[in-house]
Amino acid sequence: MRKTGVLIVSVVILAAIAGPWLVPFDPSAQELALRLEGPSWLHWFGLDELGRDILSRIMSGARVSLLVGLTVVSVSASIGAVIGSLAGYYGGAVDEAISRLIDILLAFPGLLLAIALVAVLGPSLTNVVLALSLIGWVGYARVVRAQVLQAREFEYVSAARAIGAATPRILIRHILPAVLPALSVQATLGMGGAILSEAALSFLGLGVQPPTPSWGAMLNYGRAHVLDAPHLTVFPGIAIAVVLLGLNLLGDSLRDKFGGGSLS
Amino acid sequence: MWRYLTRRLVLTIPVLVGVATLVFALIHFNPGDPARAILGDRASEADIAQLRQQLGLDRPLAVQYVAFLGGLARADLGTSLRTGTPVASQILERLPATVELALAAVAVALMLAIPLGIAAAVWRGTIVDHAAMTLSLAGVSMPNFWLGPLLAIIFGVELGWLPVSGRGGPEHIVLPAISLGAALTAVLARMTRATLADQLREPYVLAARARGVSRTRAVLLHAFRNSLIPIVTLAGLQIGAVLTGAVITETIFAWPGIGRLLIQSIGFRDYPMVQGCILLIAVTYVGVNLVVDLLYVVLDPRIRYR
Repeated sequence: MRKTGVLIVSVVILAAIAGPWLVPFDPSAQELALRLEGPSWLHWFGLDELGRDILSRIMSGARVSLLVGLTVVSVSASIGAVIGSLAGYYGGAVDEAISRLIDILLAFPGLLLAIALVAVLGPSLTNVVLALSLIGWVGYARVVRAQVLQAREFEYVSAARAIGAATPRILIRHILPAVLPALSVQATLGMGGAILSEAALSFLGLGVQPPTPSWGAMLNYGRAHVLDAPHLTVFPGIAIAVVLLGLNLLGDSLRDKFGGGSLS
Repeated sequence: MWRYLTRRLVLTIPVLVGVATLVFALIHFNPGDPARAILGDRASEADIAQLRQQLGLDRPLAVQYVAFLGGLARADLGTSLRTGTPVASQILERLPATVELALAAVAVALMLAIPLGIAAAVWRGTIVDHAAMTLSLAGVSMPNFWLGPLLAIIFGVELGWLPVSGRGGPEHIVLPAISLGAALTAVLARMTRATLADQLREPYVLAARARGVSRTRAVLLHAFRNSLIPIVTLAGLQIGAVLTGAVITETIFAWPGIGRLLIQSIGFRDYPMVQGCILLIAVTYVGVNLVVDLLYVVLDPRIRYR
């Protein structure tokens, strides 16, 4: 399972990095005479409502999806790791305050809060990343807090404290390595969540704006042509499903190995 | 039990106040001027000032916050900027459609996930198990905003069996419910398989079989009942995903619920309506989690709350 997951994720990363050199056509180039044409030898996935090559746009869209996924996971995991570590290590009033904040934020379904934030801030790629990161840290903070609560009782941590090591050093050198496996599981599953959320926001017209290719936005435009050109809906959807499948397989196998993380 | 219930209800109050505060902050800590955002860059200063007054944005923030909480206590969510009617009445009008869709989606998920999970656990390691888990992995990986249009293409357009938009007879809810319930089905099937497989290894199942209890009875009445707690917990936790998914599903199938109202209100920059819809969904989510907590006692008599 892990091999399949690694393979799928590697292909997507390769498509995202080498996309500009691999795409068969310019993703923005329009052939209006051939608009909505179905799959053919020349255009494997067909053309969209403006006569743009769908395969090229899907490959370019992989860059957007991965960029959002990586940025959101990096920012959320960093914020979550710091806040979760503080709550778990210091305990008491700090832990209580942070835990209540986490409770309140968890009372919101994540994507709903992202929809609300983007509705207020305005639809754009930057605001999508900002909204998803502002919500995403909560899950990481919860996982890290639980891990730090355990790790701070380890004998080698007590020993470090006894010889006078500073708190930042204890957290970074001694506790962080114990937290990393669970954090990596959460990050892998979180990456799929971030990519899915970006696609959902773009599908609702609240995410990436045209002409930047985005899988969710492509599905949104495909809705108007479900009857006459279903290929507009089918191929971007397959791209999203395959990436999510790869990340889920990878996340599941990491979870089986290290424990921690959650699907939700 | 009553002590626990009271304590749990009291603990919900700060969460609800926090949720309300967050919704208030969403609109009021907007980096720009909400009135300008609603009217657009071309609006005159006089129009902006008038809207600021209408929304109460010209008052100090603390006064606005207290007025907002006071309004919530009286179930007054303000007035829609688009229609000029109370937000609460429009939300109440749309609520039954969303509740109907959410319940149908959960029903679809439970009807499919539990037999699938039980079959996978009982025949663990066989082709039945692999098929069920592959199916559920596909369900987790298929976003509902793709599954919905796909179902519409197959069952609405190609086969012509089911309607693809609007709310009417029972046939109208089939595709939206399947589309919304698919991810929940997948997650619940995996959880059912995992927890039931653990329970089936417990000595009490072997003891029941030794006493002559049939395999079906041992699985369904003994082991499955003890697997229900994590399943119910997960179903409760996933209600948030169902409610958020409803926003997308209602948009795809033109289902006249709160999710569609929310997206339409965002398009019209009707902030009081956006605020009201989000608040209602969040409060429902908190309420469902509370009910899930209380259900534990009913499902597992060994749990005694202090």
